[in-house]
Amino acid sequence: MADSPEYRREEPGAQPPALHLAYASTVKRAPQQQPIRLPHTLSEITGPTWDRGILRPSDDDLTRQHKGAPLGERIIVSGRVIDEDGRPVPGTLIEIWQANACGRYIHPKDRHDAPLDPNFTGAGRVVTDDEGRYRFVTIKPGAYPWRNHPNAWRPAHIHLSLFGPAFVTRLVTQMYFPGDPLIPLDPILGGVPDPAARQRLVSSFDLETTRPEWALGYRFDIVLRGRAQTPPLG
Amino acid sequence: MTGQTPSQTVGPFFHDSLSWPGAETLVGPDTKGERIEIVGRVLDGDGAPVPDALIEIWQANAAGRYAHPEDGQIKPIDPAFRGFGRCASDVEGRFRFATIRPGRVPGRGNALQAPHINLGLFARGLLRRLVTRIYFEDAAENTEDPVLALVQDPARRATLLARRVAGDGAVYRFDIVLQGNGETVFFEC
Repeated sequence: MADSPEYRREEPGAQPPALHLAYASTVKRAPQQQPIRLPHTLSEITGPTWDRGILRPSDDDLTRQHKGAPLGERIIVSGRVIDEDGRPVPGTLIEIWQANACGRYIHPKDRHDAPLDPNFTGAGRVVTDDEGRYRFVTIKPGAYPWRNHPNAWRPAHIHLSLFGPAFVTRLVTQMYFPGDPLIPLDPILGGVPDPAARQRLVSSFDLETTRPEWALGYRFDIVLRGRAQTPPLG
Repeated sequence: MTGQTPSQTVGPFFHDSLSWPGAETLVGPDTKGERIEIVGRVLDGDGAPVPDALIEIWQANAAGRYAHPEDGQIKPIDPAFRGFGRCASDVEGRFRFATIRPGRVPGRGNALQAPHINLGLFARGLLRRLVTRIYFEDAAENTEDPVLALVQDPARRATLLARRVAGDGAVYRFDIVLQGNGETVFFEC
């Protein structure tokens, strides 16, 4: 059997290093040895596939998962998942999680002195359509403090987890909001070496996504790794 | 070409989104193959447990076929086996999967790989996913595996071998050391 084409490797500057001293938690967790370059075999070019049947009706609307509406500013987030060649990535699972409008996660380990919202869990998921598009409704998360350094605050962000077509296209990332003054101070976003690549994690306000009399819209496109060559048809 | 979206840490608060009941059990009553369990711990550079890691595995079925459209091998698909599992580490850094021993899958060229499970690990303090592989210490095929052969130092290669735990069932232990003494071999893929 002929070898299937490999996926492209990491784009220089676009992906953060393991050790990033400004982000204190990397110090005891970053491997010290160089990773060994793995050839792309069937193990790497395959990965779990997803069926829209796994979704529950409120999975894509984090404001409708409880009896009442959560507090905060309702927003719509939408975009496309494409590969480096601009091809849509259809049928891929996106899992999201975030803090509430006050900057508090429902998670038991979150000790931030800000109120929980009984109407907000902050977890959702969507599967991209045939054009790679996705859309979810939520509330704008608040900034929150963390203990990385004195007076450290995370910019408002939404966590996203994506699979893509293969084991090697797996991506966990965070989406930020335009104009947030905390963005230039954040060691986690600052771990991405290339400023142009950092900017890809900042969503843009989008009037087309915005729904009149209802909610502001933000656009966030996600680019997964593409194929080094086009795979043969069939 | 369009630029890649950068990776960011999974952080400590992912549990409500990235886990579901039974995600660490890959087998059902109809799954074909030898039942095995993988147990292990995730440890940091001080040897302290990592209580907030997410471990994901992806593997072929007992016949050595992946449940994916790009696996065109003439081998049976097992409708009762998907091959994907997830487990969040507990306060002691422990994780556990119930699965089957995977069959052999081809490597590049005409090589055949030894049975292995692909593993991805996310955690607070990791800006990107770590990737490794679980091999089985008692598999004779390991000596001809092209990926194990990439790891020249035998002590480092041994970090990729799950150890059979004495007892009744086929339980294998696979600890993941993120940093320092006994650091697990991680791959760039």
